[in-house]
Amino acid sequence: MQATSHAFKENAHRALRDPDLQAALAKMRHGSVVRRASAILRLPEFEALRDQGRAIKDHVLANLDFYLTCFEERVTTAGGFVHWAADAEAARTIVLDICRKAGARTVTKGKSMIGEEIAINEHLALHGITPVETDLGEYIIQLRNEPPSHLIAPAIHLTKEQIATSFRTAHQDLDPARPLGDPAALLAEARGQLRERFLAADVGITGANFLIAETGSTVIVTNEGNGDLTQTLPRVHVVLASLEKVVPTLEDASTILRLLARSATGQEFSVYTTFSTGPRRKGDLDGPDEFHVVLLDNGRSRMLGTEFQDMLRCIRCGACLNHCPIYQAVGGHAYGWVYTGPMGAVLTPAIIGIEEAGHLPNASTFCGRCESVCPMRIPLPKMMRHWREREFERHLQPARMRLALKAWAFLARRPGLYRLAAWMGATLLGRAGRGSGAFGSLPLAAGWTATRDMPAPEGKTFHALWRARSP
Amino acid sequence: MGEKVGLFVTCLVDFFRPSVGFAAVKLLEAGGCTVEVPPAQTCCGQPAYNSGDRRDAQALARQTIDAFESYPHIVVPSGSCAGMISRHYPDLLKDDAVYAPRAAALAARTYELVAFLTHVLKLDRLPVPARYRARITYHDSCSALRELGIEAEPRRYLANVDGVELTELPDRQSCCGFGGTFCVKYPEISTRMVEAKTAAIAASGADTVCSADLGCLLNIAGRLRREGRRIKARHIAEVLTGASDAPAIGEARD
Repeated sequence: MQATSHAFKENAHRALRDPDLQAALAKMRHGSVVRRASAILRLPEFEALRDQGRAIKDHVLANLDFYLTCFEERVTTAGGFVHWAADAEAARTIVLDICRKAGARTVTKGKSMIGEEIAINEHLALHGITPVETDLGEYIIQLRNEPPSHLIAPAIHLTKEQIATSFRTAHQDLDPARPLGDPAALLAEARGQLRERFLAADVGITGANFLIAETGSTVIVTNEGNGDLTQTLPRVHVVLASLEKVVPTLEDASTILRLLARSATGQEFSVYTTFSTGPRRKGDLDGPDEFHVVLLDNGRSRMLGTEFQDMLRCIRCGACLNHCPIYQAVGGHAYGWVYTGPMGAVLTPAIIGIEEAGHLPNASTFCGRCESVCPMRIPLPKMMRHWREREFERHLQPARMRLALKAWAFLARRPGLYRLAAWMGATLLGRAGRGSGAFGSLPLAAGWTATRDMPAPEGKTFHALWRARSP
Repeated sequence: MGEKVGLFVTCLVDFFRPSVGFAAVKLLEAGGCTVEVPPAQTCCGQPAYNSGDRRDAQALARQTIDAFESYPHIVVPSGSCAGMISRHYPDLLKDDAVYAPRAAALAARTYELVAFLTHVLKLDRLPVPARYRARITYHDSCSALRELGIEAEPRRYLANVDGVELTELPDRQSCCGFGGTFCVKYPEISTRMVEAKTAAIAASGADTVCSADLGCLLNIAGRLRREGRRIKARHIAEVLTGASDAPAIGEARD
């Protein structure tokens, strides 16, 4: 997708004024926080599990080449193929090639953020292959030609009324008078539409929550069962996964699975957790004839060994989005690319560049709630700060801000001069604001005073008063 | 004589509300401390640190360390600045062979005011009886709550003030939208966040909101005033010293 992260401010401006979006966000805001909290209350060892999960991922990242090679060997032994893709372009080419060799006309898709990252749908469609999203949320946004706005709830930005309208537009063959007010009716209609597509598909593409090095298995977790139909019914199964999804053992995957659903939706476990190992074997009742795994790098190996390495522990649960006050206010689309919220604020600049995505790590109060709920204990605010440091080093921030900061730092590094300046400022503003106690507008502080008053200083600085008090 | 304390006033208290600094001194002295205010202090360096200007942040960290390292305890009437010194200085100066150990040593001795009263002076009750008649809600600043883990301490002392009735905010863990330079860099989003906070404060039925951080309070008080709500905003040190006569934050002084 064409990134609009550079226009974050404008995107946010629109989002804050979009009544449908605000209604949808208000609905998710509270529920997701409460659901996670109550799931964790029921699991006393949750904090210990977080430590274990972090340790597993740290170990993998320190030995990534080893585990990926193991994984490749096991996949090959099981009769599958592993394709290494350095970037999105390479991954698209590989997937299209597989689809062409399979003579594919329809491709079903399970939910995959890597699919979004490499924009596989557009690429397939451009080459005459019809991609069909089978996850309900993804199906809805595909109809609307929109990117997902949330890692695990891609259509969370929509109200059910908007979805009903989209269904009426898309499903013209159905009775126009049918009732669609109930979410269950929407679900049933989508299911009806998708059933024949599942059967018609030549290739099924899914993502992967884990790649297991010791067995060569890929794992998906879903709640709708669409992933299973996507990967079992067609002749060819393609798994899209990024490098850091690999874990050493089945045991490791199950440790992290205990964290994943609780952090994401407050479920103890997702409804379906599906392990795939290679193509259908002799005697298997079902499964694909071909099994491909496309391993995408796309900037991730460049993060290894840098201050951004910890980001590669991310398991895409979405807890940081759900708890982020910025995300809660503006939703996912404002972020302007595939990944949103705090995890997107760190990952997006690593993939599409800080020049495009500079706003994302800046649009944070560092309130720290993301880090406090991250099952992998990723220090998200700290890494956003590292992006700001990279920007500062490269002079990417607005010149006015840089100048103001430098002037302030010049003073702050000279205590005598600073005290004099503070005394003058406090005296001046203290006098001016004495009568009303606050300012309705202040030059150079319009960003503040447009929507809130600026309380006036008391009029004398602490240091001046303290000196007067001391003998 | 009791504990010797170096007070890090913070630039916001120094500039906007020196009475908070004096309230802190009053609490510390009543708790048996000798309070000194090293004159070589300015700002902890957070604006530079959070803007990516690591060099200036490091210079300010060194300056603060120089000014305070002779004190056995450093007390700060702000969760945010206390967090900067105690949680971020060691990381900020980790590659500085001279200052890294000094930063770590200072970090270990630096406390937010209320945490100091609780954990170092071990005061179960306020050192001086205070009276403040109000229905109060306490706003947890993000840094005090999540960086320093301060949650029960301020509430315990507030409950100890004669005349205070405590009420809790809905969704009390959420940020008020101040965020240092964030509030002027992204004013629309910041406004949305502070609106949610002032609505929560109003819903709590409180007539006074207090907090450990003046940054949050300036933001909240400024928004409350703009909305025409008659809810007072005060630093917790003011409430704990019963300073009910002085104008609240953003109130007229005539």
